Amino acid sequence: MRNPTLHELQHPGTSDDAHAHHHPFLQHHFEDLGQQHEASTLGMWFFVAQEILFFGGIFMAYSVYRHMYPEAWSAGAHHQNWKIGLFNTIVLIGSSLTMALAVWGAQGAKRKLTTVMLVLTLLLGMTFVGVKGFEYREHIHEGLFPGSHFTYVDHAHPELTRGVELFMVFYFTMTGLHALHMIIGAGLLIWFIKRAWRGDFGPEYYSPVEIMGLYWHFVDIVWIFLFPLLYLIH
Amino acid sequence: MTSTTIDDAPFIEPSATAKRNYLNDEYGVLSWLLTRDHKRIAILYAISVTIFFFVGGIFAFLMRLELLTPEGDLFTSDTYNKLFTLHGIVMIFFFLIPAIPAVIGNFILPIMLGAKDLAFPKLNLMSWYIYIIGGTFGVIVIITGGVDTGWTFYTPFSTQYSNTHVFLTTLGAFITGFSSILTGLNFLVTIHRMRAPGLTWFRLPLFVWSIYATSVVIMLATPVLAITLVLLMVERVLHVGIFDPALGGDPVLYQHMFWFYSHPAVYIMILPGMAVISECVAAFTRKKIFGYKFVAFSSLAIAFLGFLVWAHHLFIAGISIYSAMIFSFLTMLVAVPSAIKVFNWTATLYKASVSWQTPMLYVLGFIGLFTIGGVTGLFLGALGIDVHVHDSYFVVAHFHYIMVGGTIMAYLAGIHYWWPKITGRMYPEWWARLSALLVFVGFNLTFFPQFLVGYVGMPRRYHAYAPEFQVLNVLSTAGATILAAGYILPMIYLGWSLKFGRKAGPNPWGAVGLEWATSSPPPKENFHETPTVTWEAYDYPAFLKAMRETQDA
Repeated sequence: MRNPTLHELQHPGTSDDAHAHHHPFLQHHFEDLGQQHEASTLGMWFFVAQEILFFGGIFMAYSVYRHMYPEAWSAGAHHQNWKIGLFNTIVLIGSSLTMALAVWGAQGAKRKLTTVMLVLTLLLGMTFVGVKGFEYREHIHEGLFPGSHFTYVDHAHPELTRGVELFMVFYFTMTGLHALHMIIGAGLLIWFIKRAWRGDFGPEYYSPVEIMGLYWHFVDIVWIFLFPLLYLIH
Repeated sequence: MTSTTIDDAPFIEPSATAKRNYLNDEYGVLSWLLTRDHKRIAILYAISVTIFFFVGGIFAFLMRLELLTPEGDLFTSDTYNKLFTLHGIVMIFFFLIPAIPAVIGNFILPIMLGAKDLAFPKLNLMSWYIYIIGGTFGVIVIITGGVDTGWTFYTPFSTQYSNTHVFLTTLGAFITGFSSILTGLNFLVTIHRMRAPGLTWFRLPLFVWSIYATSVVIMLATPVLAITLVLLMVERVLHVGIFDPALGGDPVLYQHMFWFYSHPAVYIMILPGMAVISECVAAFTRKKIFGYKFVAFSSLAIAFLGFLVWAHHLFIAGISIYSAMIFSFLTMLVAVPSAIKVFNWTATLYKASVSWQTPMLYVLGFIGLFTIGGVTGLFLGALGIDVHVHDSYFVVAHFHYIMVGGTIMAYLAGIHYWWPKITGRMYPEWWARLSALLVFVGFNLTFFPQFLVGYVGMPRRYHAYAPEFQVLNVLSTAGATILAAGYILPMIYLGWSLKFGRKAGPNPWGAVGLEWATSSPPPKENFHETPTVTWEAYDYPAFLKAMRETQDA
């Protein structure tokens, strides 16, 4: 026989056939909710693993050029406003807290708490993206957007200009991909807010909120690496 | 000669419930396009990869026609550049990578595990749609004028100089990559969490081990290609210098990042082939695979070592001699687990009463051709020889021995082996054997001359060549026509068998495995009740005994 899953050990009774088979969110191809939960959680961990490799590639390329052009990289970082970056970091860590509380709320069938926490997570996430957009606008005004719009010249060290442009390529690509992940997360949050308010989640079925949390925390952690690499190291 | 050389398994089709199967459960176009049944999704993939296979094949055939004469008389060099680029892109991204996992794996894997479906059926359907969207970009590129960078998209040519549809093509490859990532993820979770009671890791068919290893590589390598292509698209659109040396970038970094995916991708293409071969060897020798655990772990070893050899594509790109030596050594290492597989299959064949059905003919072809491809891979992994034959037809012949002689042979073996399970009908054995023979002869005639012509110095990717190479090129083109016949023939007789083929019982080969414990074609949820596994992998007596007991009960 199959060993009891972690979920079954923690929540005895959930794999009881008569009970579980009637749960409206049990998909037909799973034996019980425990198996379904384990599968979705593992799926999200694997997804995070491939995300790490995805971001890993660009972090690697960043490191190569940082090593190649240390002065230009330092000059590029000086164009970032670390105070705004710090503000955004705090916003994002706050959203991780509310996300974790939402998972806790869903496990305990606290419908209102879960919904409120998911709404807060969404608002904090959108604040982050909004602030990021403001920063982008400033950079574009300064002529720092790479390509034909790049009008910036480093007057003190004109030879660094090309390297600063390359830094800005990495800045926009890395933060842009990160923001894209935030926006996708926000879309999912809107859907889960609706489901949480409807009362879909409880101690037997909270997998969507939990794996949403895994995703959200992962995206936060990416920022925790981006912030020092792009703003702080000079 | 018919397939009756093997007895049908000693149990009879049960009751009328078996008459309902995944094919006749629902009707209508939408019941296919919106299906979440892994078996129907496998059929969707089968149709789409077959179309791409013939599209890629047409490009190859046009190239072979051009190479019939030394002069570049049929196509301009620009057109020829597009032909080999499109051939590579279509065959690799839209045929070889999805072929065995998404068609055979999708259909058979959940049944082998005793599961009702993959862990994420909607995601599985979504993967197919992502593949189709990526493929649509590919088709748009083909129709609107093509792309000429080679399938490797080397910078700075691809980002600064090429005037063809590089952006659309890379976008298509980027999108299709997510289709394989999600399929790999789905397989991994299914293997971890959806196994039937009693089906422990070491009772798994070797197919599952190999598909597991493939999925790990897909999941960890493909995202690196994705980010590489993102950087390439950014560079091309903005005209900045990420990989362009004139603007401060590093083209060798592009090659490192590209091959960090694309070398493991070779294993994404060959490991599923090995998966099929293990199943067929066990079925047609009626024996346990010799050294089960070694074959199982060699799949994981190939997956692991496959990540450590990428820079052997860069020996003459200006990397340091020390790193070249290390990568040369690591490349030799990856031959060890591959050789373990070949030796263990051969050892299984030793003193077995082998039945020479079509899948087994393809298996023998695979073992021989994969060995030639693998050994010439060692030539190329050796630094000195690689410098000599780099970018010559020797390289072309080498990887076609692996990709065509290996993967496509295995794909055809698998399609024939599981055809009765998928369709409920037997294919006509005589015609199938004939086409297996044509494929084998045609393949060798096409590609063996390329080893010779490459070794004496014919470079790849040119539409014209020195006159002394003509004889070997004519042989190669002649072989390609035979090979084409060998590929078209199955389309005809397999199609014929859908309606006129002899009906297959649940286990026409008398093979071991859960897929042979359900009816042909299987019911929508694969089994009428969840099976319990009591036998070790490929244990014929125990499996047949368990089947008889089920029958009695």
